[in-house]
Amino acid sequence: MGDVTHQISERIPIHLVVNGVSHTLDLVPWTTLLDALRDHLALSGTKKGCDHGQCGACTVLVDGRRINSCLTLAVMNDGAKITTIEGLANDGALHPLQQAFIDHDAFQCGYCTPGQICSAAGLLVEGRAKDTDEIRELMSGNLCRCGAYPNIVAAIQQAMGQP
Amino acid sequence: MNNFQYARANDVADAIRLLAADPGAKLIAGGTNLIDLMKENVERPTRLIDISRLPLRKVEGTADGSLRIGALVPNSDLAYHPLIEQRYPLLASAILAGASAQLRNMASVGGNLMQRTRCAYFYDTATPCNKRHPGSGCSAMDGLNRNHAILGTSAACIATNPSDMSVALAALDALVHIAGPSGERTIALTDFHRVPGDKPHVDTNLGTGEIITAIELPPPGFAQNYSYLKIRDRMSYAFALVSVAAALELDGNAISGARVALGGVAHKPWRSLEAEAALRGQAATPDHFSHAADLLLQGATARSHNGFKVELARRAIVRTLTQAANATPQSQAHKKIA
Amino acid sequence: MNAYVGTPTSRVDGRAKVTGAAKYAGEFPADGLLHGFVVEASIPCGRIARLDTSTALQVEGVLDVLTHANRPPLADKDDSWKDEVAPEEGSPFRPLYDDTIKFNGQPIALVVAEDWETAKFAATLVRVEYEQHGFATDLEGERSNAAEKDKPHKPRGDAVAALAGAYVRHEADYVIPTEHHNPMELYATTAVWDSNGKLTIYDKTQGVQNVHKFLCGVFDKKPDDIRVVSPYVGGAFGSGLRPQYQVVLATLGALALKRSIRVVLTRQQMYGLGYRPMTIERVALGAKSDGTLDAVTHEAIAVTSRYEDFARNDTGWAEQLYKSPNSRFAHKLVHLDVSTPCDMRAPGAASGVCALECAMDELAVALKLDPVELRLKCYSDRDQSENLPYTSKQLRECYARGADAFGWSRRNPVPRSMRDGKELVGWGMATGVWEALQMPVAVRIALTSNGHAEVSCAASDIGTGTYTIVAQVAADALGLPIENISVRLADSTLPQAPVEGGSWMAASSAHAVLVAAEEVRKEVLGLAGKIPGSPLAGAELVDTVLTDGSIANASDNSRAVSIADAMRHGGVERIEKEKLNQFGEDKKHARNTHSAVFAEVKVDEELDVIRVTRVVSAVAAGRILNTKTGRSQIMGGVVWGIGMALQEETVMDHRFGRIMNANIAEYHIPVNADVHDIDVIFVDEPDAHINALGIKGLGEIGIVGVPAAIANAVYHATGKRIRRFPITLDKLLD
Repeated sequence: MGDVTHQISERIPIHLVVNGVSHTLDLVPWTTLLDALRDHLALSGTKKGCDHGQCGACTVLVDGRRINSCLTLAVMNDGAKITTIEGLANDGALHPLQQAFIDHDAFQCGYCTPGQICSAAGLLVEGRAKDTDEIRELMSGNLCRCGAYPNIVAAIQQAMGQP
Repeated sequence: MNNFQYARANDVADAIRLLAADPGAKLIAGGTNLIDLMKENVERPTRLIDISRLPLRKVEGTADGSLRIGALVPNSDLAYHPLIEQRYPLLASAILAGASAQLRNMASVGGNLMQRTRCAYFYDTATPCNKRHPGSGCSAMDGLNRNHAILGTSAACIATNPSDMSVALAALDALVHIAGPSGERTIALTDFHRVPGDKPHVDTNLGTGEIITAIELPPPGFAQNYSYLKIRDRMSYAFALVSVAAALELDGNAISGARVALGGVAHKPWRSLEAEAALRGQAATPDHFSHAADLLLQGATARSHNGFKVELARRAIVRTLTQAANATPQSQAHKKIA
Repeated sequence: MNAYVGTPTSRVDGRAKVTGAAKYAGEFPADGLLHGFVVEASIPCGRIARLDTSTALQVEGVLDVLTHANRPPLADKDDSWKDEVAPEEGSPFRPLYDDTIKFNGQPIALVVAEDWETAKFAATLVRVEYEQHGFATDLEGERSNAAEKDKPHKPRGDAVAALAGAYVRHEADYVIPTEHHNPMELYATTAVWDSNGKLTIYDKTQGVQNVHKFLCGVFDKKPDDIRVVSPYVGGAFGSGLRPQYQVVLATLGALALKRSIRVVLTRQQMYGLGYRPMTIERVALGAKSDGTLDAVTHEAIAVTSRYEDFARNDTGWAEQLYKSPNSRFAHKLVHLDVSTPCDMRAPGAASGVCALECAMDELAVALKLDPVELRLKCYSDRDQSENLPYTSKQLRECYARGADAFGWSRRNPVPRSMRDGKELVGWGMATGVWEALQMPVAVRIALTSNGHAEVSCAASDIGTGTYTIVAQVAADALGLPIENISVRLADSTLPQAPVEGGSWMAASSAHAVLVAAEEVRKEVLGLAGKIPGSPLAGAELVDTVLTDGSIANASDNSRAVSIADAMRHGGVERIEKEKLNQFGEDKKHARNTHSAVFAEVKVDEELDVIRVTRVVSAVAAGRILNTKTGRSQIMGGVVWGIGMALQEETVMDHRFGRIMNANIAEYHIPVNADVHDIDVIFVDEPDAHINALGIKGLGEIGIVGVPAAIANAVYHATGKRIRRFPITLDKLLD
């Protein structure tokens, strides 16, 4: 592979708006959006649990849609508006999902929690989950090894205004 | 991940040009499977050509009543598109049975067709695999093959195609529109994926330098009598052990048209025209469904750990056809099997 | 003092966790931080014949590739490598120590680069040639080589003769596969190098002081040279009890390059560390015609590595649960070319009680007895192994409350007799048991005159709620609102604590808070009593309490002095007290937690798809410190039990000695759609003997019994007894 082996590909300038703040970054193309957030923007609230799209801990909202940030390259997201867990609270006031997760004890270790909450925020926008089974199914891309699932569902229902 | 160059294609022609310029290049759209494989060093492209911004995101009706779906429509957008929900609910259901909400938001329709097998040996570069390293041998053949194929296998490979969407597309007789260096062409979806034969490293009949531009769904949508049933090891977010897409046209209780496709059992979505022909003109009853299942599973061969799939598939076919006939399609959220 | 203890207090670290502010081991920043990526062996046994790092070293941004050949010094005595949880027998694994390969996935090099992606890429360029040796990784294939651990259980009576003469005898093998913890957080260490050459190690561990002592030994460092910190741990479940190899590699990297470095393992690499060992559990039960037990034998055959004897108590739980005049237990090990297993949630019990409780269900069927009735007939009020009464045991009440909440009386005992449309409905139950352990822990309380207290201890909170219960107990003991309590944990420089495990931390840390708070109270009383005309002049310590920001006479709260007044009068800004709590030895009682688990499954009669639709877990675990976080712990244990019953299995290809589902797509753990109604009942269990607060701990008991209850429900639904876990649908299909 000659020089390709020894010399890392050139960095590419990209622009991201993360939680309303504009950032310009020079990144090697192999940097995922997840690593860009964690390692280049010091936003470690977004978690790396598997790095292969198998756990959902890295879920963020890109242009309002929930995605796994570990399976997309930062350069592919040039110009995108990204919301991470750090951007959900408004001036210190918790997002209703964040408060609901505390109220219902919807986590233990907390590591999957940012991904769960961002995923739930995406779910609310999608408006496709109408009952408990639909919430469970549409939240199944977020693993929780502590097993807080029933509390996660209850927290989401609280945020939806359901009893 | 290997060291690669990145280029963004401006239009389809540009993508084709970039592909032709670098034999090691690969297209990337959603990236959900390609980046996964690059992280495992299974895929090692020299260049990624980002096609995610090409204008291939429309779902539109055509003059002959077909529906044309741009190759870059995200899976979730397609599943929730009103035209799909109304006219092709089988496709919507199959898409929603796959992956997770996040992955469906990322994955494109074209990329879904290009998904590679989840065979554990294909993913593990420390073990032999004919698909990853032609000629190195198939570790699954006499290894851990519980998830592997029972139909259309070869001595070189028993991998399965993991897609749910493709199973429904196969049942719906979808067409794949392709553009390449020598112009545009169309392949039937059922001819798009290959059986492994002696070239298991070749998944599809997409030619070198070609790009999928659209999927076309012909008019019969089977919106009244259909079902997609996926059997897996947990209730969600797992690949199929066996899945069945069934679609019927009924005239009273008589079957005037039938389509059945299987997932999780072969290197491609599995159909049998013979089985479908046998259903036509028959009453929609379990014994006819059972006969169709036998025809679909003709020639099924099991290895040491996947023999259960033959019986599971047989029962799942009957059940899914029954669901379709009863107009009680399987819900992907409510897990009780209708 | 009872404002917070026993209430459903929300987690005090909740806000940090829902806002993303909580920092985990791999997230601490450092100037000039380097990144290490591990290269693993791809064979199970042999030696490294050649290791060529030259190509990797040429990659732009790569600083070094550490291997056994060029690493800084490591201790050469086993004692230095034995952490506080290491098996007694054996020689702990030493990463990058020499050219020997002991297991597939063993780390053999650490590529160090300026960024993570470069290190990961360069790792693919390290060329390794092996001299491969013969190996064995298959427990069942090597079963005949099983050897009994040197300290066998003491048999009672003559179990063999009693079994031979039993009215009804049931004997079977139950196979529990290898399982991996798979906490959501990747195993990670950030080693921060300061200009004086001292290291602060942010590590994913359940015991910062264990890691600290281990690192000081392995690297021959003085205690002041290294500090280990781990404020948040993204799940552990036993995987962080022993120091993980990446903490050694990160420390090596920092010492070699004199820079700060982070080493994060991939999910796949995590499968190279500890796991729940595969076991073959052979259980034999002999019963008399009246349904009482006459004999119990339980033999476990478990995997361990070639280099350490890892063994836990799989067998012998029948001694706590069921009266039987004759019993015999044995634990055998098979040494294989794999890494050493480690503790995983309810080690021993999760597997052993699963087998025992499935066997009891089979016995109930043979005796035509209701499974609950069989257990009541055999109920033991004493721990038979030492013939001791319990500090408390409300297991009868668990059966009654659980059965009632579940509706057990409506169960038709005939298999395949209950249905819901096309689904067969199965109701099964099982008993759970775990130990109520407690360990020495020290706590420091710093009370300031503004009515705030900082409570600190080296204990970890791995999601179990330690921050919260420590705050609750401290708030009550100090008579302050919980908002005025700040808790610092998991720093090796803080007061002594053992690893967080075995369900011992709640009782252990809570009582340490109490004794430290008493020291604070003593000091406050001293100050308050010196105020002229003090209402507490001459008061005895035992007659006082801290309440509402004051020190008061316990029987007359109006005789009080505010803490602020007492401290101001005494000219004291801050009262700081540290105290080690040690529990008195009680050899007259057995100490256990118990549960009764009831499960409903629905199994599609044609397709054999299994759904767990309801679980009721009735738990007797003494006093529950926090009913909210406690309920969550039991619920989490139930979810683990669902996984263990139906999904979890680490699959190895024994031709390669390689794990073939080393990821969390193909190693299935339950997802949200797998989990339905879980009803947790805490049975009232006053306990005057175990400790002052009557606390027992909840971390393990939640999983024990759940897999068996589900397996028994599957039998009841289908009439098929699956003894090889997990119960996947292909095992039911015929």
